[in-house]
Parts: sequence; C-alpha cells; structure tokens
Amino acid sequence: MLTKRIIPCLDVKDNRVVKGVNFINLRDAGDPVELGARYSAEGADELVFLDITATIRSKKTIVELVEKVAQNVFIPFTVGGGISSADEIGLLLRSGADKCSINTAAVKNPDVLRESAERFGSQCVVLALDARKDPAKKDKWVVCVKAGTERTDIDAVEWAVKAEKSGAGEILLTSMDADGTQAGYDIALTRAIAESVHIPVIASGGAGTLESLLEVLDKGKASAVLAASIFHYGTYTIGQTKEFLAAHGIPVRPA
Amino acid sequence: MLVIIDYGVGNVRSVTNAFRHIGADIAVSCKPEEIQKAAGLILPGVGASGYAMQKVAPLADLICQQACSGKPLLGICLGYQILFDESHEMGTHKCLGLIGGKVIPIPPGRTVPHMGWNFVEPAIGMRLFEGMEQGKHFAFANSFYAEVEDAAAKVATTEYEGITLTAAVEKGNIFGMQFHPEKSGADGLNMLRNFVRICGVK
Repeated sequence: MLTKRIIPCLDVKDNRVVKGVNFINLRDAGDPVELGARYSAEGADELVFLDITATIRSKKTIVELVEKVAQNVFIPFTVGGGISSADEIGLLLRSGADKCSINTAAVKNPDVLRESAERFGSQCVVLALDARKDPAKKDKWVVCVKAGTERTDIDAVEWAVKAEKSGAGEILLTSMDADGTQAGYDIALTRAIAESVHIPVIASGGAGTLESLLEVLDKGKASAVLAASIFHYGTYTIGQTKEFLAAHGIPVRPA
Repeated sequence: MLVIIDYGVGNVRSVTNAFRHIGADIAVSCKPEEIQKAAGLILPGVGASGYAMQKVAPLADLICQQACSGKPLLGICLGYQILFDESHEMGTHKCLGLIGGKVIPIPPGRTVPHMGWNFVEPAIGMRLFEGMEQGKHFAFANSFYAEVEDAAAKVATTEYEGITLTAAVEKGNIFGMQFHPEKSGADGLNMLRNFVRICGVK
C-alpha cells in the first residue's frame, strides 16, 4: 500500500533557510545543506527546496547550492522557485534534483508543463499552486504568482485540472492564507483540488499540530503533507510525526 | 570499478551521489572501453522509453554482450524498463530484450504517476534484498510498469490501489528496480551495497 508522505520544506533566501508568515516577515532557520542531510537521515519521505526570491528578483535558482544539498539527500528531492523553461528543469535535474516545481511560468504559458513532461516525464513535473481565498465567493480560491506577490483571476480548481492535462505529474498546493500561521491546513481547498485531479496533491501551508497533518491527509485527501516551521524549530521530529499518524491509521513508512 | 552508463537520460547525478556515499569505486561514462573494463554496470534513466532507446542505441549491442557474458548489470527505473523486450509507452518500442516481458501503463482508475513510498515484497533468494528479506518501503515515481514473462526471473512486487505491480527483478547477473534505490533512504543505500558486493568490488 502506498504510504502518505511527510515532506520538510526548505524555503531558501541568500543561501539560508528562512520561514515567514503568509510569505513575509522571514526569520532564519538554518543551513540548507545541513538541514537537508538531517531530514534525509531522520526518515523524511521527500525534501522540497524553494528558492523564494527567484521570481521576484528575476534571479535563477542557485544551481551550486542545489548540487551541494543533493549530495547528502537520499530521498526524492524537488526544487522550485523562478523556473521558467524546460531547459532550466534539465539543468536542475542534472544538478541533482529529481523533480522541479513550476508556478508563474506555467500560469503564463501552460506549454512549459507539456514540453517538460515530454522531455523528462510527468513524474518530475510538479505544479506549484499558490492559492488564496476568493473574497467574493465562498469555497472558491484564486491562483497567486510571483512568490505570492501577485493575485490572478484564475480559479485554483480549474487551473489544477488544466495543469494535469498539460502534463503536471503532481501538485504542490500552498494555501497562502494559512502559510506560516501554524493554524492548520486549508482542508476545503486541499480536498477540492484533490477530488478534481488524478495526480497526487501535496498539502502545504498551515502545519501546526500533528492533528492538523492528520486532518489534511484524512479529510483533505492529500497524498502528502509539506511542513517547514514545525520541523525547523524542533516542535516535532519526523519520527514523532510518523508515529502519531501511524497510531491514527494513516499508512506511513517507518522513520 | 563500476560504471554508470551515461547515455543522456536523466538522474545520473543522484545515482552517482548515492554510490559515492557508500564508498563505491564508481565512474560515469559512455565510452565502450570503460564499459568493457568495468566490474559491474549501472543503467540509470528517467523519462520516456522511446527517447531512452534512441539515446542508448549506439551502446545497446555492447551492453547486451556484456550482460550475456555474465557481468552484473543493474537497471534503475527507466534503465530497468528498457531491459525488457518492448515498451508500450507512447507507441511500441523495441527494448534491449535481456529479460522477457513488456512495459505497459498502470491500468486507469488509479492515481498516476505511482508516486511515493510503497512496500516491496521480494521473492525468496533475491540477492539484492539480502538483509531485507521481509520487505521494505522504497520510493517510486512511475506511470508504466513491467509485466514479466520470463521463467528464469525472480520478481519482487508491490501492491498499488488494488493491483500487484512488479517492483524489482533478478535474472542471474541481470538486476532491475522500478523504484529508485538512490532515493530510498538507508534501505535503498543497503540495496546498492548489495549490488556492489555482487560485483565483487569494494
């Protein structure tokens, strides 16, 4: 039986791991190479590395840093932030990434997803979908781009469906309303997306208590949970998280 | 020395990192003379079969000749899928034919790709699973799988949303894994250590 995945996320800025609230007010959380090696050894199921400054500063993700992190990471490793073309994905895959996540470039031109999937397989093409509640409509969310700085009119569920058709093999879904608050994932959003597509959905944004992880895997129908603050600041270890989930009937790989 | 065959299709870096981490004497090459001298060969790969066969074509005869002469060969993910007779990924593509069988899509109605960690149960006596005979979790990322039609092959399997999928195969000196040992934590590294030992090198 396929297990649910626990994924620590390294938000990287100026070669350091940082974490903010609602994508702002960043504080330092450590060295990406050290943290990556630690999570890999502690039994995390995957690692995500997001260059959070890449799009807004038009700066490419730091390839050398990805190479260094990858040398000590023996679990699937996803890299994202400012990726604009299939060529850049090729470069990152050669540098040690296993998957790449794309947001802004795919919204501008969904053919980037198609071209990347044709060249590298859809299993390494992750759609990063940053969503925010639509203030005008209940249970509707809109897509945000450029590291959360720009809101679009695109409906999040419709975009997820379209991205799957275009070649995305997975969706990394971040609730911008919940991100960094540690107040729990957006269950309604996660479930709405997970029930609309046939590819795995990674829930992100709002991880706080272990119950919040359980809730989004169970009621939210997510295939995986991504969390940053609770692991970086030592609130819970990967092992504790997995023991809790296993005790509540969620299939996990023992840490 | 072991040689990772670099034929231009994906994850060479990850596989190299993992072998280096366990202290294996490893080189990355596409040169026939280095492939001939190697104590064991690794055929990696990520992507689509048709493209991979196109890229591996100049080395296909050499790889088959080396494997048939008894040199240990390990195919990983796409490198595993092209060990079989043919692949039905976007058309029909003739593959290396080292193991009888074909690569077909995971039947519809399931989440595809098969993405994440799944429990793998080995057949009795599979050398790669030495020390892991009760089975372990390994990391998968695939939309196609191999249907093995080879009486000489031992097969490890995994259960996925109501069907049994082939996860790994062994036929004499030819080994293949659908999952990614280089990305399967400590158990994956142990599996690579087993392969290094089978090759008879440090």
